[in-house]
Amino acid sequence: MGSNMAEAHPVGFQWVMEAKERGAKVLHVDPRFTRTSAHADLHVPLRAGSDIAFLGGVINHVLTEEPDFREYLVAYTNASFLLSEDYRDTEDLDGLFSGYDDATASYDPASWQYETVDREGSAEQHAGASAKETSTPHQHGSGGPKVEGGSDRIAADPTLRHPRCVYQVLKRHFSRYTPEVVARVCGVSEELFRAVCDLWTANSGRERTGALVYSVGWTQHSTGAQCIRAGAIIQLLLGNIGRPGGGVFALRGHAGIQGSTDIPTLFNLLPGYLPMPTPEHTDLESYVDSIRADRQKGFWRNADAYAVSLLKEYWGDNATAENDYCFDHLPRITGDHGTYRTVMDMVDGKVFGYFLLGQNPAVGSAHGRLQRLGMANLDWLVVRDLTMIESASFWKDSPEVETGEIAPERCRTEVFFFPAASHVEKEGTFTQTQRMLQWREKAVEPRGDQRSELWFFYHLGRLLRERLAGSTDERDRPLLDLWWDYEVVGDEPQADDVLRRINGVDLTTGRLVDGYTGLRADGTTAAGCWIYSGVYADGVNQAARRKPGQEQDLYATEWGWAWPMNRRVLYNRASADLEGRPWSERKALVWWDAERGEWTGHDVPDFERTKPPGHVPPPGAVGPDALRGDDPFIMQADGKGWLFAPSGLSDGPLPTHYEPHESPVRNALYLQQGNPARKVYGRPDNPSNPAPPEARGEVFPYVLTTARLTEHHTAGGMSRTLSHLAELQPELFVEVSPELARERGLEHLGWAHVITSRAAVEARVVVTDRMRSLPVHDRLVHQVWLPYHWGATGLVTGDSPNDLFGVVVDPNVFIQESKVATCDVRRGRRPRGPSLLRYLEDYRRRAGITAETGTHVRTTGPAHTEEDP
Amino acid sequence: MTENLPTGNLPTGKQLFRNRLSGPLPDVAGEAGHEADHPPRVGFFTDTSVCIGCKACEVACKEWNHVPDAGFDLLGMSFDNTGHLGADAWRHVAFIEQQRPAAPVRGAQDLGMPSFDRPGTRTGPEARTDFRWLMASDVCKHCTHAGCLDVCPTGALFRTEFGTVVVQQDICNGCGYCVSGCPYGVIQRREGDGRAQKCTLCYDRLRVGEEPACAKACPTDSIQFGELDELRARAAERVERLRERGEAGARLYGADPEDGVGGNGAFFLLLDEPEVYGLPPDPVVPTRDLPAMWKRAGLAAVAFAAAAVVAFAGGR
Repeated sequence: MGSNMAEAHPVGFQWVMEAKERGAKVLHVDPRFTRTSAHADLHVPLRAGSDIAFLGGVINHVLTEEPDFREYLVAYTNASFLLSEDYRDTEDLDGLFSGYDDATASYDPASWQYETVDREGSAEQHAGASAKETSTPHQHGSGGPKVEGGSDRIAADPTLRHPRCVYQVLKRHFSRYTPEVVARVCGVSEELFRAVCDLWTANSGRERTGALVYSVGWTQHSTGAQCIRAGAIIQLLLGNIGRPGGGVFALRGHAGIQGSTDIPTLFNLLPGYLPMPTPEHTDLESYVDSIRADRQKGFWRNADAYAVSLLKEYWGDNATAENDYCFDHLPRITGDHGTYRTVMDMVDGKVFGYFLLGQNPAVGSAHGRLQRLGMANLDWLVVRDLTMIESASFWKDSPEVETGEIAPERCRTEVFFFPAASHVEKEGTFTQTQRMLQWREKAVEPRGDQRSELWFFYHLGRLLRERLAGSTDERDRPLLDLWWDYEVVGDEPQADDVLRRINGVDLTTGRLVDGYTGLRADGTTAAGCWIYSGVYADGVNQAARRKPGQEQDLYATEWGWAWPMNRRVLYNRASADLEGRPWSERKALVWWDAERGEWTGHDVPDFERTKPPGHVPPPGAVGPDALRGDDPFIMQADGKGWLFAPSGLSDGPLPTHYEPHESPVRNALYLQQGNPARKVYGRPDNPSNPAPPEARGEVFPYVLTTARLTEHHTAGGMSRTLSHLAELQPELFVEVSPELARERGLEHLGWAHVITSRAAVEARVVVTDRMRSLPVHDRLVHQVWLPYHWGATGLVTGDSPNDLFGVVVDPNVFIQESKVATCDVRRGRRPRGPSLLRYLEDYRRRAGITAETGTHVRTTGPAHTEEDP
Repeated sequence: MTENLPTGNLPTGKQLFRNRLSGPLPDVAGEAGHEADHPPRVGFFTDTSVCIGCKACEVACKEWNHVPDAGFDLLGMSFDNTGHLGADAWRHVAFIEQQRPAAPVRGAQDLGMPSFDRPGTRTGPEARTDFRWLMASDVCKHCTHAGCLDVCPTGALFRTEFGTVVVQQDICNGCGYCVSGCPYGVIQRREGDGRAQKCTLCYDRLRVGEEPACAKACPTDSIQFGELDELRARAAERVERLRERGEAGARLYGADPEDGVGGNGAFFLLLDEPEVYGLPPDPVVPTRDLPAMWKRAGLAAVAFAAAAVVAFAGGR
């Protein structure tokens, strides 16, 4: 769901085709009939943005018909845990959970906790407003949030009958997600919906598993994180996590993007999902305590070892116990510094310089106009890319030059363009979707001035340090104290050496550590990213291993290296029953070998090797010691898979159907229309189309979504410039159903333009039965989509569909809602020059749009607009 | 025609007496004069049932063979902006949006062929019940009896030791006879150059033991490269398995040595009639009828001569 795997991940899709040949059923639930649907056993078209209603329907089906995997469910998830009496569900509050604060449009999650744990201690990490400003839920990429008391006995009802146990709360929460509601909200017939339920639940239990694949069709929504939660709930109910052929698979958008969250380029994260400190963290101890609880289970309990090792890797000998390992050298985040906030700060004159590396926001980010106006208001901009992209040339060829909003001769931004070496011109690793690091060699020398990213940053750091040498200014210490001595051959820093430093070193012996369990909090180890520890185990670059699959078993554990500890299936203790025996021979993965007293199997066991399945920890144990022999979810504070998330999310402990920020219909389930915690940026340059109950939404009657084509690469810098790719999809087009074509008088291959309150984008029309208009509520909802690859430069050019979207983001991870909006579609080309601005102004006037539109985050609550800067 | 499964390459006694311009030919390279120890005949088995339409074959082919772009035109033929095979497109992925799959029974039937209506004028919710999207990567067939090769007056087209058909660019004079000689419309003269161009089955790669670029790039093994005999056996099994699974329209195209070109070196597994994919249903090499034509021409000449003699004799 929410994925077009055949087109966006064609190489990975070969394994889906392989599975299909072996008898697997492929279901594709997606608004569009794509090349993936063409090979699915069943394609289910649904309205863009209604995924949680659909998944909620599946959850309700599982909870009522009970085709769940009961033994797994009771033992390995938190289904039986009792919640506090203070918890109120969306069923009680008409679409809100308890703890909502109107002033900040955020939740205090204290009332969502288990009955018997320390609620205040667990909630502080996620308390309302500040959490929403710093995207704290994003900081759990490698394990769960803290639960103070998670290591104690949590009150539970293994019969699952107590009205406050998670299972019953779930049952009540999803009781209204009936097949009729799914039909009404998603536009999916009851018959098709039941077919999906039957196929999905049939692949569950001891003998069978089912895998769930998603991509940005799920994430790029104001409810993105909750879409994934909903999928995870189904997979946990069906016992499809930690088992072969099971799982929830996030297909990442680029070859190495998993790596760029593991070792992040994000404002709120340090490597290995350690959170970026805030001003409240006055010292290392208070920082570490904010990550972990005193009384919780699991390996996050050792966060101090990971944090100190990272600081030692940054500042080497300069980091000592006396100076708190240079903890104060780390910057503190004081609020939202996400990419969209930063762009608005650029527009408002608060940001002066900007580095762009391998990114083309002028085309690829939501609200392209805002992106370009922001970049046009800088002192300097550094762009490193393979080709001259729109984000480097916007000052002379953007649509705003045509409308007169940017005058090339007066644009103040000085752009420095650096040609970058491509992936075949440098060595290093890609981390792919399975968390697998694969080393790649340099195939050819970079040409001319093309240089690797590593070269650029190493020498930038070197030059800055030279420039600052001898400075007595305290703020220069972090740079001057850096351990900046990577191995350099010629003038190229060695990626291999960087990987070794990421892996980690025992500073007392100089030996590379063999895994994260070897990291210590006393300053005697250094490691750049604790979850990557082991990639250089035994002094060997494990990521460079290339033993062919034919010479290995199915799991091919000697190909590349997957974090953590080369485990191919996370939480794979769950592939064995409570006694440590495989659930079935067919689905055996790891098991307890009683004779040898250890866990063994096809994969690297994701469990302490010698801890028997029946182990019961002594009272008072914490951290890994507190994990029972049947606690497979070893990174979770209670050792269990979470059907209900007592903390960790900004917008509720359970997924709930909210309409997208811009929707043609009213929420059929609750008074609350949209995600009540979504982040809006209510300002005149970021208008929203009205959505019910706001009036005049009919000015933008259609549902808009965007997608990628196989033939192009995201913002097009790597494909529109190459003739052999550009010719395969040479022009921007908009796909419409025959019904919409008739309604708007659109002709195949003729021109049309798509309009929102932000932009009008023209495209050639493609009329096709692959697009479907769906019966939603009591009307037919038309959907249109455009591929978003075009811009002003390259061999093939065109308008950029991402210009059509405004900026509204999911409160958990700050991802923009760019997979659904409302729009109008008109025959013919759009107006040009300054008349385009008047045309859009007219649309906004007709729809009654002000900065306040769309900012009533709680439907009947106050507006959340921004003051004028 | 395409329903027939390959019958193997062993010539029957009857076939041995046939002319060498049509029908099965067990050793096509040997027939062309290659030594007896030449490598076995190779080809492509393109299994369209697993094609995901990624066009990696088109790109890999162009990259390896330095084939230029064919222009930047949105064709509106589903996701196909290549259009057809030609001088600048040696692989072509067709996309067919089919409202109604053809019924498996033979006889008068709706082939589900693309209509002459503009998309959307006659379709809508009712038509979508059996909607499917077919994808297929087309290529030069490397015929057993290759029309292009048979008519080439310069010898630029030749039969390689692998049994494939290749144009030698340094010999081709651009006369264009081959263009009309091909029953599939594969070969074409390149604009601004004039010389004939088509798939070489990556002759240069074959010579060093590599598989052709398109097959190498294909992520789902829709394009399979190998020894022709082995491919035909594999294809026969595959088509059986698909039919067992309910794919009633599955059939092989170009795998039959008894067809009008003596079977193809590059053959296909299709899920519907060849016309649906834009392939000729019953291709015949134009030179197949040469003997008959010469026979008739000879007869006519004899008759003329006889008439002349009679007239001459009668005139006396």
